[in-house]
Amino acid sequence: MSRTERVVIVGASLAGSHVAQELRRRGHTGDVVVVGDEDEPPYDRPPLSKGLLRGDRELELPILAQPESLDVEWRLGTAAVGLDRAARTVLLSDGDSIGYDRLVIATGRRARAWDDLAEAPLVGVHTLRSIEDARRLRAELIQLSGRVVIVGAGFIGSEVASSARAHGVPVTVIGRGRTPLDGALGERVGRIAMGYYRRAGIDFRRGAAVVRIIERDGRLAGVELDDGSTLDAEVLVIAIGSTANVEWLQDAGLDVDGGVAVDGSLRALDADGSPDPRVFAAGDVTRWAHPLGGGRLLSIEHWGTAVEQARHVARTIVGDEQQEPFAELPRYWSTLFGSVVKSVGMPSLGDEVVLVQGSARDRRGVVLYGRAGRTVGAVALDAPRELVFFESLVAAGAPFPPDLAVVDRDGTASLVPAAASFPARRSARPNAGDGGVRGPVAAQPAAAAGAPT
Amino acid sequence: MLVVVDLNRCQSYGQCVFAAPEVFRMDHAETLEWDYRPGAAEEGRVTRAVHACPVRAITVTPEVTR
Repeated sequence: MSRTERVVIVGASLAGSHVAQELRRRGHTGDVVVVGDEDEPPYDRPPLSKGLLRGDRELELPILAQPESLDVEWRLGTAAVGLDRAARTVLLSDGDSIGYDRLVIATGRRARAWDDLAEAPLVGVHTLRSIEDARRLRAELIQLSGRVVIVGAGFIGSEVASSARAHGVPVTVIGRGRTPLDGALGERVGRIAMGYYRRAGIDFRRGAAVVRIIERDGRLAGVELDDGSTLDAEVLVIAIGSTANVEWLQDAGLDVDGGVAVDGSLRALDADGSPDPRVFAAGDVTRWAHPLGGGRLLSIEHWGTAVEQARHVARTIVGDEQQEPFAELPRYWSTLFGSVVKSVGMPSLGDEVVLVQGSARDRRGVVLYGRAGRTVGAVALDAPRELVFFESLVAAGAPFPPDLAVVDRDGTASLVPAAASFPARRSARPNAGDGGVRGPVAAQPAAAAGAPT
Repeated sequence: MLVVVDLNRCQSYGQCVFAAPEVFRMDHAETLEWDYRPGAAEEGRVTRAVHACPVRAITVTPEVTR
């Protein structure tokens, strides 16, 4: 590692921009090149499903970095199309190829597309990942009078439902599971999300799937469900998960199926499982093994993980300090229907849950998740300050169920655990919502949980 | 200036909203939203917000002007 090496970062979003910023912050003097396939400067994605869609304020790009303020070469609006690790070059879509001493792969993920691509590009049909997607969806929501149908009841689907409902139009969410957010929280806690939906007047179709998009005059008219019924729709949002942007790496000899596999130093692993010393990855594109996950490579699509991985990579490149293997506790937040959901650890690894603070009836409190007698995750519902203590239990893998002198709990609730009731895994791809932890089962059609922020 | 809040760290104390109400706001009780690129006139208030946050969730990056 050296401060004078030429670093190429492919991906100019949350992780990519943080690598560049952290390199310069730590005094890296070598060339830094950032390649991004969007025309925009680096921007934050979480607002795209929230306030930006509500339309109550001017639409502004949630910018993360001003390109000209960093001594970095920005190649925006250019995609990487290939990687030659022997020659240490990245091939770009404009035909140029750029050499690197160190490469950071930070190409993230894209929204999973509707299976029948012929139906997908209809006017009125949307996915949501980029600011362009958000602008287009917002423009339609603002002048909408008909129904919004959302396929997918994960976090993206739920946040979009919340924002769409703010426009005062009917909103229907099609979910595969029995409750919203069952992939991320389990059905037991998902019942609380069901309460959010009900309170907001969302029409939730549980255990349902869209089998066909109905067109009229070249635009969306509605959807047909698997029970044969149809729904009118003026706007349809497909929120069925995400896919890693790794196609450009398919001939690079790396393990990229479902995301770039990395070791504890966040170096990319080749097909034999050996790390390439010069190639790193950070952010949503990675699959990595957190100790909580028992050695399995999982895709953790969280904002905090992207930022922390980016900083870890930059520190390694600059070579300031010998670092411990990357093992940051996964964390996320979501704001939806006027509530805030925060998570620490890996709740979806849990088999059992205990409400340790708050009241299920009030839809507020902290739930601990346990597996095999150990605490694996904690979720706080409208209790952002209360999570701090429970984080330490998760980090320590503390015994579960906990034996706690508790405060602020509904006196009738006990610390006897209930089943978390996570759905059996829906696809063979380690992905999204449930962190890919529960093992493959046969793929099912249509909706899957969206990824938490 | 550019403003980013780490919403994992944020515990919705709302001190930033008191310090710079044109930049930070709570949508409902506990969900923070903010302007990512407030105008230069907000700089003093945003700086106070950064220091007022009990969990240091706010990062401000200066912009270069041309």
